[in-house]
Amino acid sequence: MSMLFSKDDRYKRNVREKREGRQAALLLLPYALLFTLFILVPVTIAIGLSFTYFDVINKPTFTGLMNYIYLFTQDTVFMKKVLPNTFLYALIVGPGGYAISFLLAWMLSQIQAIPRTIISLAIYTPSMVGQVFIGVVWKSIFSGDQRGIVNNILLELNIIDTPIQFLLTKDYFMQIMILISLWSAMGIGFLAMISGILNINEELYEAAYVDGMKNRFQEIIYITIPSMKPQMLFGAVMAIVNAFNMGWIGVTLSGANPTPEYAGQLITNHIDDYGFIRYEMGYAAAVSVMLLIIVYLFNIVAHKFFGSKDE
Amino acid sequence: MGAKINPKYFSASQIKFYLILIPLAVFMIIPVIYVINQAFKPLGELFAFPPTIFVKNPTVKNFKDLFELSGTTGIPMSRYILNSAIVTLITILLNLFITVLAAYVFSKKKFRSKKVLFEINQLALMFVPTAVAVPRFLVIVKAGMIDTWWAHVLPLAAMPVGLFLVKQFTDQIPDALIEAAVMDGANDLTVIRKVIVPLTKPALATSIVLTFQQVWGAVEASNNFITDDSMRTLAFYLSSLSTNNTVAAAGMQAAASVILFLPNLVIFIVMQSQVMNTMSHSGIK
Repeated sequence: MSMLFSKDDRYKRNVREKREGRQAALLLLPYALLFTLFILVPVTIAIGLSFTYFDVINKPTFTGLMNYIYLFTQDTVFMKKVLPNTFLYALIVGPGGYAISFLLAWMLSQIQAIPRTIISLAIYTPSMVGQVFIGVVWKSIFSGDQRGIVNNILLELNIIDTPIQFLLTKDYFMQIMILISLWSAMGIGFLAMISGILNINEELYEAAYVDGMKNRFQEIIYITIPSMKPQMLFGAVMAIVNAFNMGWIGVTLSGANPTPEYAGQLITNHIDDYGFIRYEMGYAAAVSVMLLIIVYLFNIVAHKFFGSKDE
Repeated sequence: MGAKINPKYFSASQIKFYLILIPLAVFMIIPVIYVINQAFKPLGELFAFPPTIFVKNPTVKNFKDLFELSGTTGIPMSRYILNSAIVTLITILLNLFITVLAAYVFSKKKFRSKKVLFEINQLALMFVPTAVAVPRFLVIVKAGMIDTWWAHVLPLAAMPVGLFLVKQFTDQIPDALIEAAVMDGANDLTVIRKVIVPLTKPALATSIVLTFQQVWGAVEASNNFITDDSMRTLAFYLSSLSTNNTVAAAGMQAAASVILFLPNLVIFIVMQSQVMNTMSHSGIK
């Protein structure tokens, strides 16, 4: 753009740039306003409230780091159940789900277009069924009486004699949550990886084979992943967000917060527990801040792996 | 040698992939098929033992019951459907409008704070709304939006992923094309209408798909921001049914799930080639 102007035009250009800047600001305004109001401001409020005691009725009173100190020293449920649960769950559903979605995307790229489209649709569908649907289907699959599909199969095969209360006891609760979350985790990150792999220039593979590449494993490590790093990063971010946004799953399955013996208690349920059940908003906010920090840490790791170094 | 991506023809080397992918696809889709069948089962089959997946004598009775049930509130389901349709439509339109404007600015305009602002949006890709449900509620209260339609629409209109995808797509449009339009006397809005929108259609379609998925199934606003039952949405109403655990309700719950799910499926299938096209530009550098 600047090539169009000579030195004499500098004044004109300044005026023009100022006007452009104003126009740009105006066009950006609606998005920026809503973004600020419903994303930025709530995060700021959460940080602010986390240093207070706030019961919704009375004005928040400043308590310094009390909430955080309590969180790490007194809140045994948080330290013993919620935090380990959240890490276990998030590690399997986040990075685990991510690895699965990459492998699936890669396998799909090795077959023909029409079966690929059909199979991709089948794998993607669970990610868009929505909360109500997930609750209805999995509650009846893991129903605690003999009419539950899983109990029925296990009884038929004589593996068990009495139905297992899958959703009301702690024994299998976390495993079931993880299974369901992985089932519904193949969302747009998965789609992004399919198209990422399909867009890799075929000559790269040919050249690498000429240079002595021997098998598909090498192909993935040396060509596929490096060539689609940006999509890998997008997929990673989506996988992390999905893992933490599925926090409602345990409460939906058991129909109660807290979940049976806190077996499926994730950090988002802990926030709801304090925020909307006990109305200790200051404390809930401190837990929210912890959650945002954990999500952020996961993202830093993802960027370390797949971010481009030149920026 | 090499270049086995996206093969044109079938070869024996693909069999091993099919052996993994087909059973997996079946596992993924079976629960969905089960609920759809469940929705069309008569009471006898819902009670049947052992339980079956497929319906033998399909009936639409569950859907009829669902429509006739107006619950304790006396509000018919058609009202909830209408509410959801209006809220979803308005949110999608508003989202498209603000997203395309912002994407144009981030992609084609030069100003000082641009990089920082876009970084903030990138950071917000990992935003977890449930983490700040309480502060969001406080914002809605302060803004006087409790029990207004705004409470449904505005919190979901700005979607960082949507902006990111549309911006990536806008980056592909050559600057020369926009300069030519400006030479012809086009202002920003004309450029957006005549150049940006037609050339970013796949990304806009993707934004529609994603917004639809979020808004159509959203219960946060109805739960927390709305106290007037006649202003709540279908997803909220149907999710309140799903806490009812009687077997008689099972058929209706399945019918409700299908009603919530089918529009998502249809919209995705219609737009899937556009979505895949967008995804090829989804990389984060």
